[in-house]
Amino acid sequence: MERKTKITAEEGKHDLLITREFDLPVELLFRAHVEPDIFEQWMSHDYGTTKVKKLEARAHGGWLFQTSDLQGNVVFQANGVFHDFEPNKKITRTFEMNNTPFPVQLEFLDFSELTEDTSKLTIHVIYKSIELRDQMLKMPFSQGMNMAHNRLQEIVHKLK
Amino acid sequence: MNLRRDVFQAIADPTRRAILLLVASQSMTAGAIASNFDTARPTVSKHLQILTECELLGQEQQGREMYYHLNPQKMKEIADFIEPFRKMWDDRFNKLESIMKKYKTKK
Repeated sequence: MERKTKITAEEGKHDLLITREFDLPVELLFRAHVEPDIFEQWMSHDYGTTKVKKLEARAHGGWLFQTSDLQGNVVFQANGVFHDFEPNKKITRTFEMNNTPFPVQLEFLDFSELTEDTSKLTIHVIYKSIELRDQMLKMPFSQGMNMAHNRLQEIVHKLK
Repeated sequence: MNLRRDVFQAIADPTRRAILLLVASQSMTAGAIASNFDTARPTVSKHLQILTECELLGQEQQGREMYYHLNPQKMKEIADFIEPFRKMWDDRFNKLESIMKKYKTKK
């Protein structure tokens, strides 16, 4: 079975859907979202480390994570509040990037069991406006560029 | 106000999307395109100008007439614009899956 992440972003709307099927029981899929040490692992990459500063896994609990570059400078921070929290079923949370002009967005995460060993995650993200959604869609690309630049810089530093 | 003309802004307008659909099958003159809309001719011309500036439409002179055609390369860029975002999530989720598989075997 093909397991691929799908993005549905209809034109002229201020929301989008991210869907993905996993070769994992729903319990493990859920754990990956609420246990800080696991979350840090899959949110980190070669050019940045993600640290969970706060993750109060309950309704009205807060969360905060930071991503640092290889020199240890914090390059990205995001925070929010859990509004709804039902283990192995759903998480409703706000998401806001610190120190950016982007306003808060609302995220509905639905976890569902497909079989004993497979599960599905649906993330429904709601943005303040159509323009903001479209801007956000283009963002990972520019972020990727920045990171590529940082990496380049790092390589160049080593050459010095 | 200086509007930034990018392709995404260009396709945000329903009339411009309809124009793109029209010329997708065959190249057409401005007059032939305008005859498909109730909108005033200068309005259609304005739309054509925006689409041409964004390179979604190409122009070709045939005799005395100017024909508009779709630029498939630029259209492809639009289809692809969501791809980096999708790829970012796909990479994350692939990682999540492989990490959690280890927990599965520990059980």
